Amino acid sequence: MSDIHWDALTIFALLFSTIAFLGFAAAHWHRGDLDLLHEWGLGGRRFGSVITWFLLGGDIYTAYTFIAVPALAFGAGAIAFFAIPFTIVACPILFLTLPRLWHVCHKHHYITAGDFVRGRFGNRWLALAVAVTGIVATMPYMALQLAGLQIVISALGLSGTGLTADLPLIIAFVILAAFTYTSGLRAPASIAVVKDILIYLTAFAAVIVIPIELGGFSKIFAAIPSPKLLLAAPGPAGSGSYSAYATLALGSALAIYLYPHSFTGILSASSARAIRRNAALLPAFSFMLGLLALLGFFAIAAGVAGMPEYAAGFKQFGNNFAVPALFLHSFPSWFTGIAFAAIGIGALVPAAIMSIAAANLYTRNIYREFINKTPSDAQEARMAKQVSLIVKFGALAFIIFVPTQYAVYLQLLGGIWIIQILPAVVLGAYTSWFNGWALLIGWAAGIVAGTAMAIAVNLTPAYPLHLAGYVFPGYTAFYTVILNIALVVILTPLFNALGRQRIALNEIVSSDFHA
Amino acid sequence: MAKSCNQRREWSWWHFLFLIELVAVLWPPFYNRVEPAFIGVPFFYWYQLLWVILGAILNAVINFATADE
Repeated sequence: MSDIHWDALTIFALLFSTIAFLGFAAAHWHRGDLDLLHEWGLGGRRFGSVITWFLLGGDIYTAYTFIAVPALAFGAGAIAFFAIPFTIVACPILFLTLPRLWHVCHKHHYITAGDFVRGRFGNRWLALAVAVTGIVATMPYMALQLAGLQIVISALGLSGTGLTADLPLIIAFVILAAFTYTSGLRAPASIAVVKDILIYLTAFAAVIVIPIELGGFSKIFAAIPSPKLLLAAPGPAGSGSYSAYATLALGSALAIYLYPHSFTGILSASSARAIRRNAALLPAFSFMLGLLALLGFFAIAAGVAGMPEYAAGFKQFGNNFAVPALFLHSFPSWFTGIAFAAIGIGALVPAAIMSIAAANLYTRNIYREFINKTPSDAQEARMAKQVSLIVKFGALAFIIFVPTQYAVYLQLLGGIWIIQILPAVVLGAYTSWFNGWALLIGWAAGIVAGTAMAIAVNLTPAYPLHLAGYVFPGYTAFYTVILNIALVVILTPLFNALGRQRIALNEIVSSDFHA
Repeated sequence: MAKSCNQRREWSWWHFLFLIELVAVLWPPFYNRVEPAFIGVPFFYWYQLLWVILGAILNAVINFATADE
């Protein structure tokens, strides 16, 4: 890429140092004994409504989201806006199911979804499946956060060859690893406050300034080719992109709280009331995400893809370069620094939470279950800290050595895999009727079928389901979780008839789900 | 179901309000069109953004109505 943007780079570096300092200082916030896993990995379950709002906002609305959703709008048009119904639908799910899970996890000192499933169904293999699915689905997600960071670093003009090209990314990452190790979940929680404020600033500046520069919304939308402007209306032989749009939104909403990083964010809340309140507060982020999705259209209207100064960026990062190019084109250099810092810090917050969540899963549902059954509290916390490092450097190596497109594919598959723990975790919050082995088979069938379907459509999210001569394209994760649930319902009576025990192993009673 | 007595304690008719927002945004035929546009933004886009706000208000109402039950 061309020259270094010094103003932008200075602001970027300043903001980055500030949050690095904040990350280390966070160890002293709501002081607790960081040699205990629930202190390190859940911030001592002490975050009230407001911090939970910042934390979930930083966690769910990630840097990659802010780059990829506008990039999808830029490339594919209206379909990208499924992100809006997705985040709207996610709120009732949050309101109805997560407070129940929070109560039971609080009462039994559960730290992961695997802990809950273990207690609920008394089946450690099912808990293992939940833990492994969570870790595997999180890894590519985390790698994509780094990809987001890589894009803005490169857009600042920092480029080179070989290892020097990746040096800024490695430095940012070592800092992230260090403060996560020392401060645990308190670090991303405190940084999330800064990150969310910067993102809001950027989003509102972009939505006000850029349309003025481009001559108003009418002109912007007039520049969008008509096939991109609306969803393609369905033909007579099926439901077309309508069903794809709706199932993508619904399926993503069902899956989002199953991801270990969101589950960890929820469990760190200080009360179920804080979670319920967030069902009304989180839409503030959805609104911003909707505005940011429009940036994809602004980039089309501004014509950044045809400008020679951004050709190298588009060549390297594809449509994901649309937003950085738009910012470089539209903002003064110093504000570009703020905007890029918002995205860069926005990558660190979820990456930190993801690594902590994956470490919690490994420590609780693999290490403690299968390797060392009676670790001391300090041993357990140390194990989690070390695993969080391994996970982070795994993601870093992935993004440096493997083409980013692979991480995109794996993240897509990860969404299909993670939703398969829904029957055990979400339905399990309402009933213990299911048999653990039936849940395990449903999970496996969902993963195999989902992977096969995704490969059959060349790793795109929507699968054309043929039913009675009609075609219903829909989100593979949504279709396969229905298959999963159907199998569990059919197999449960069968396993129970075979005499597999269940009720005796359920250590949770229904009153545990309430205050 | 053995748990129904607890579910009753937690269940509320207010939760049916959630259905309004779900249907409003998960049925694209309601909003997949350009007109009426608002300050140059096609209906498809401003309708969904408006529902983010309406949804937040609904969620707040449900939260207050069901609090401390």
